[in-house]
Amino acid sequence: MAQTSHFCTFYLDKLLFGAELKVVQEVIRSLEMTRVPLAPAVVSGLINLRGQIVTAVDLRRRLELEPAPPGQLAMNVVVRSEDGAVSLLVDEIGDVLEVDESTFELPPETLRGSVRGMILGVHKLKDRLMLVLDTEKACDMAEVAESTEAAG
Amino acid sequence: MIESDIVKDFLVESYENLDRLDRELVGLEKNPDDREALASVFRTIHTIKGTCGFLGFNKLEAVAHVGENLLTRLRDRLLTLTPEITTALLSMVDAVRQMLGQIEVSSQEGERDDSVLIATLTRLLQPAAVRAQSEVVAAPTRAPEAVVFLKDVPLEGVPLNDAVPNIGDILMQRAGVTPAALLFAAEKQKEGDPRRIGEILVEQGAARPADVVEALRIQQSSRAQTAVADSTIRVDVGLLDKVMNLVGELVLARNQVLQFASRMKDASFLAASQRLNLITTELQEGIVKTRMQPIGNIWSQFPRTVRDVALGCAKEVAIEMEGKETELDKAIIEAIKDPLTHLVRNSVDHGIELPEDRLKAGKDRIGRLTLRAFHEGGQVNIEISDDGAGLNAERIRKKALERALITAEQASRMSEPEIFNLIFQPGFSTAEKVTNVSGRGVGMDVVKTNVEKIGGTVDVQSTLGRGTTVRVRIPLTLAIIPALVVTCGGDRYAIPQLSLLELVRLTGNQIRARIEMVHGAPVHRLRGRLLPLVYLSRELKLAGDTSATERDGAVNIVVLHADERQFGLVVEQIHDTEEIVVKPLCKQLKTVKIFAGSTIMGDGKVALILDVLGLAQHAGVVTENRSRVLNEKTTGAREASGASADKQAFLLFVGPGNSRMAIPVGTLARLEEFPAAQVEMSGNQWVTQYRDQILPLIRLNIVLQERRNRLRALQSPPTLDSGPIQVLVLHHDGRLFGLVVERILDIVEDRADVRSPATRPFILCSVVIGDRVTELLDVPGVLRGAEGSAVRPTPAMKVAEVAN
Repeated sequence: MAQTSHFCTFYLDKLLFGAELKVVQEVIRSLEMTRVPLAPAVVSGLINLRGQIVTAVDLRRRLELEPAPPGQLAMNVVVRSEDGAVSLLVDEIGDVLEVDESTFELPPETLRGSVRGMILGVHKLKDRLMLVLDTEKACDMAEVAESTEAAG
Repeated sequence: MIESDIVKDFLVESYENLDRLDRELVGLEKNPDDREALASVFRTIHTIKGTCGFLGFNKLEAVAHVGENLLTRLRDRLLTLTPEITTALLSMVDAVRQMLGQIEVSSQEGERDDSVLIATLTRLLQPAAVRAQSEVVAAPTRAPEAVVFLKDVPLEGVPLNDAVPNIGDILMQRAGVTPAALLFAAEKQKEGDPRRIGEILVEQGAARPADVVEALRIQQSSRAQTAVADSTIRVDVGLLDKVMNLVGELVLARNQVLQFASRMKDASFLAASQRLNLITTELQEGIVKTRMQPIGNIWSQFPRTVRDVALGCAKEVAIEMEGKETELDKAIIEAIKDPLTHLVRNSVDHGIELPEDRLKAGKDRIGRLTLRAFHEGGQVNIEISDDGAGLNAERIRKKALERALITAEQASRMSEPEIFNLIFQPGFSTAEKVTNVSGRGVGMDVVKTNVEKIGGTVDVQSTLGRGTTVRVRIPLTLAIIPALVVTCGGDRYAIPQLSLLELVRLTGNQIRARIEMVHGAPVHRLRGRLLPLVYLSRELKLAGDTSATERDGAVNIVVLHADERQFGLVVEQIHDTEEIVVKPLCKQLKTVKIFAGSTIMGDGKVALILDVLGLAQHAGVVTENRSRVLNEKTTGAREASGASADKQAFLLFVGPGNSRMAIPVGTLARLEEFPAAQVEMSGNQWVTQYRDQILPLIRLNIVLQERRNRLRALQSPPTLDSGPIQVLVLHHDGRLFGLVVERILDIVEDRADVRSPATRPFILCSVVIGDRVTELLDVPGVLRGAEGSAVRPTPAMKVAEVAN
């Protein structure tokens, strides 16, 4: 029997992404957010997750995708990171998929830039591709913060 | 990873023991004849050694073993304690501590070679005279022999694992009862003698009755100690933190429920939410208390630090501590540990002079270092004073000029306290010699930064030739703080009350008249001094125009102080103060220096907590290297002929009979206005409900009235049509009091040095404040007077006091 692993999947700008199920704490609908002035642009704000204050990261911006159409309510994929829980804002939630290790492939060489560091690879599903997100890297905003600071 | 709980317990216990050893050894050095301390040191080492052997930590056991041998000789008076021996024993303690650290990390003792230490300890086993002769013999080769020999020395007379020593042991140690006599008595008991050992010994003449009584007392007291140990338990800090967090969340949930309840009419629901409110408050107080630790916990290491540093620079220093039991939140205790250690080292290294110099200066040969801690106004003050050489203002001035920290012009204008505080500037060090302890140019500025990080302040006072005092002021707890809530750009922000000075509201024409521009920089004239204004919306880059802040025809200014600098923060709206639970910002937002944390408001939304110092730096009110602060301060000093530091802030008010009166602002907690309808009678006392407390209201007009008229006036309830009463809420002896005055005038800064004696009771003196004669009220006197005569403890009053 081949090795399989579970992924929590979600959509961003019609792309299918997957985050390893074991790092995903929970998935919740849109919550009221408090903006953080002067923060890096990828930080959408802070949300109150049952008394725990969690940073919400605009994953579209983080992955250098087009901004979401106005009025669209984002879903929260709350992941556990080194620095506690972080919420990743996504367009839509997909299913939990069990995929075979054999379908995995590293990202193509043509994928460049900072995005490459956040995509661990691709699972070739039957009808489409699922991009495997490195949640730890996506949550780590040290370099983003620095670049904003330099700019501002 | 540590697999076994036994090892973990062993580690915890041993760390505690080692800390005690440090203390005891240093104590023993001063007082080598203290048999009890010696026995205790011996016991501690023996326990560590025994457990090590049991758990199979052989290296650890070997080191502890030679240490124990040395102590055996000391105990048997074959050796006397010399500084050399103490140093060796202390380095043994260090070695054991290092090994324990290693065990904690890897559950292995690690690759260590302690043969040098073991050799040193073994060498010291010989009395000094013998040692001098046999020094030629290589120490390590002799070591095993000595070890084997000493291993067989019986450990009689020293109670080892039993917490309560038996009476025979005590008698043997203290009263010189011989083991033979003791053995004899024990035999007799075994043979069926019903009497106690002590009685048998007295009968035989082996011990004096007084000795037996004394021994019994010792036994009793150690029993009492064991009882204390039984009534406390060790709690994992992680668990405590978790409970603390949960209580924080409960507080937030409570706030939400209360807000919800205020909209409900259901009486039973209201009652339930009130009960929830009370219980939560008590629970919160309780959990905050469990996190409190006496400051003595970190001070206890200082005797050792002082000893080591003093020995290193050939000084003699005695350390004294006052207020060891002063309690602080655990997180704060940890945060101030390093700054305090640095200050203590600094005092010994730089403050206290060499013994010869001290004698020349007519001082006691032994330097005195005093640590004091006490609570004051919701904060903890820690003072580190030495009776050393003091700071040399001239030298600091010169050094600061050399390092280009100040300009020559500034230097000539600065007052002495300002110059002393230069030592907290980065890159400043006057140490003529760079020692391995301090004087590397990093130090005092790091102390200042670290203390400020937790919302504290540091300042220094010194008299040349007499000594130096460094005072550190820190908040009691970091987790739950009172904060002022303001709105800006539609979002709420919390400002820690600690940085808050006052609130100013300008309306209508005042706005244009009282906000002026200095080349584009807005300022407000506050009692004759320019207050730079900072617009929060601009700093946060929210809808960058100021018109929004004047929307309802008013400008709200929050006067804040950061780093001894004042500025006015213009916000849209000012709400009330609230107790907020501080939650740290996540790593991603740490770079945004303007926020200190976040919190959850009563309605469940997240609000950001402003970092006042960060905000001031961001707005340029305070520059990072603080040069502007000095600049500003010296300009201020010029106008006040260089003595701005002597100025004191006073609250001016109109007292009974239209008299102009003042109190120092320091005693003031808040200014309030209560509608007369809110005032209730409790016995003879006016009281009002204020922030979940019953606030006794002291009517100044009655206190100042002549005694015979007082009682009748007291019983009069407030007249309802008299309009709101103005109250100064005062902090005294950890309690709040309300002082009812006719009218509150202003807060002014003045030197108030023209004084004349008081003409009536409850007045300290008459002074000239703001060019007018003003009576300075004796606040403690008034409170005493009110309590002594006016407030007779009627039953109702007692209840009020309990509630307080």
